[in-house]
Order: sequence, then C-alpha cells, then structure tokens
Amino acid sequence: MNNPFTLKGKNIFVSGASSGIGRAIAIESSKMGAKICITGRNAERLNNTFLQLEGDGHTQIIADLQTDEGIKAVVEAMPTLDGIVHCAGISKPTLFQYSGKEIMNEVMNINFNSPALLSQELLKNKKIKKGASIVFISSISGVSCSSVGGSLYSASKGAINGLVKGMALDLAPKLIRVNTVNPGMIDTNLFVEGSITQAQLTEDINRYPLKRYGKPEEVAYLVIYLLSDASSWVTGSGMTIDGGYTLL
Amino acid sequence: MEINVFVKNFAELFEETDPGLFKPTTKFRDIEEWSSFGALSIIGMVDEKYKVKLTGDDIRKSVTLEDIYNIVKIKIK
Repeated sequence: MNNPFTLKGKNIFVSGASSGIGRAIAIESSKMGAKICITGRNAERLNNTFLQLEGDGHTQIIADLQTDEGIKAVVEAMPTLDGIVHCAGISKPTLFQYSGKEIMNEVMNINFNSPALLSQELLKNKKIKKGASIVFISSISGVSCSSVGGSLYSASKGAINGLVKGMALDLAPKLIRVNTVNPGMIDTNLFVEGSITQAQLTEDINRYPLKRYGKPEEVAYLVIYLLSDASSWVTGSGMTIDGGYTLL
Repeated sequence: MEINVFVKNFAELFEETDPGLFKPTTKFRDIEEWSSFGALSIIGMVDEKYKVKLTGDDIRKSVTLEDIYNIVKIKIK
C-alpha cells in the first residue's frame, strides 16, 4: 500500500535529541522507517534516546553545536540527508530588565545562531539532498504570543520564523523545503528546574482550551508530516500546534 | 553581605511602595504592590547584584525578606 507519510529510506538528522521533543522526533521517525542521526550534549541521555530507536543504521554524535568544532564534527559525520530537524533549544525565564548580554548571547546562540550556522555548513558541504526537508522547532512564543520573563526566548524563536521564510525562498531552486513547527507548552523537563513553580504550571495548563499541555509525540507526528513526501508542496510555513492556546 | 543593603535592594523593586516599609521581618506577599511578577523580579535582582541563582521554590518557601536573604547567604558560599 502506498503511504505518503512514510520516512522509509530517508536519512534524518535530529539535534537536541537527548531529551524532550527532539528525543520523541528521533524515536517516532525511526518507527516510520527513517535512518536517524542524532546529536546532543549529554552522552548518557543521548544514548538513552539511541537505544530506543527502532530498526538499524542509526548513528549518534555527542557534540556541542554552540562551537565551530561541534558543527564541523556533525557535518563530517553526516551522510547525505533527506531531512533535518533542529530541536536544540533552551529557555531561561528572566524579566526583560535583567536579560543582559550574557543570557542574551546564550539564548540567541543556542536557539538561533547554532541551527542557522549548522544548516549553512551542511549546505556548503553538500550534505542536504535535492528535495530535502528542513524543520525548525520554534514556538508560539515570539510568533503569536509571549510569556512573563520570556522576551529573549520569544526573540530567538521569532528570529527563527523570519529566517525560515527567507531560507525557503533561497533554497526553493534546490527543491529543499524549510518550515517551522510552533508548539505551545509541551510536557518536557524544560521548565521543571527553573524559576517556575508547580502552582504556576497548573494555572497555565488551565489556559489551554484542550486543558492539557501537548505531548512530545504529538509534535513529532507533525514533524513527520513535514519530513515526508506528503508535504511536498509545503514550504516557508509556520505550523501552530498548541491545543487551541492562541485562539483565546 | 549586609541585610540592610539587601533590604534596600529589595525595596527598589517596588516603585510604588514607601522604602521605609521594608524590614527584614516584612512578609513580602503582604506588600500591596506584590504581583505575579514579584518572584521573577527578586530572582533577577539577586542574580544581578549577588550572582546567585534563586529558584521559584526558594521564593515559594520564603515568607519574609530575611528568609530570602538567608537563602542567598547560603548560596553565596
């Protein structure tokens, strides 16, 4: 049976795969038949993801994409790719007036500079196939809304959404499609040890019309669509997936 | 680290409130100007002035300015 959503025979790279959304995307994509290359900074957690991948032919590289060496190591280790998913990201809830240069550089480097620079290096080294799909995990934050203490996170994600529109145009001649997925809050440990309390989380969940945060797998299914041939006419788009949060 | 200086730094976060009302024993949630921004303001101020990372739970379990001061003092070491 023909299945336009299959990832069979596709080489897919996933950054930030040692936890959360990145981990779910790697695992779910492997279930759809893809050969997965994952990176992350934490060896133990990355290997934990690696062991959950289905099928054969997957690879893992421990790398810090904030450094030129990290990007170089990843590019060299890559086969020619059919899909790239940029998931590595951080959130540092800090009021704007305290979001100084140090935290600004950290958030922008990890959330914006690194995925942009990595994409450039992959292109220069001809590691991205004609007709490939590039997906950036962005956020509703910075595109549709923001949150208290979220100014820099929003700025970095807003920047990604702008970048993707230009990239989609520039890479269209190579038939490379570039899109963002903009999730609302997903159940990951991104906020567990930060400055947000459990009471604030519960209050926030109630603001979602579907009365819960999303699951990493639910984001993965949308990413699978964008990586598959089912989305071959979709480029430069930002796809909201937020349980109805931005409707209100 | 001086508690009087800490109280002064704390008071500066609240522009509408008389700085004289802030004492080490003040229950900060009772300040009329206190809002959901309070915790993030304190965390930001402490990070900037004392290079200490407080968590939301540090604020949650504190009642008075002195409680927060004591946590900062421990974390400075």
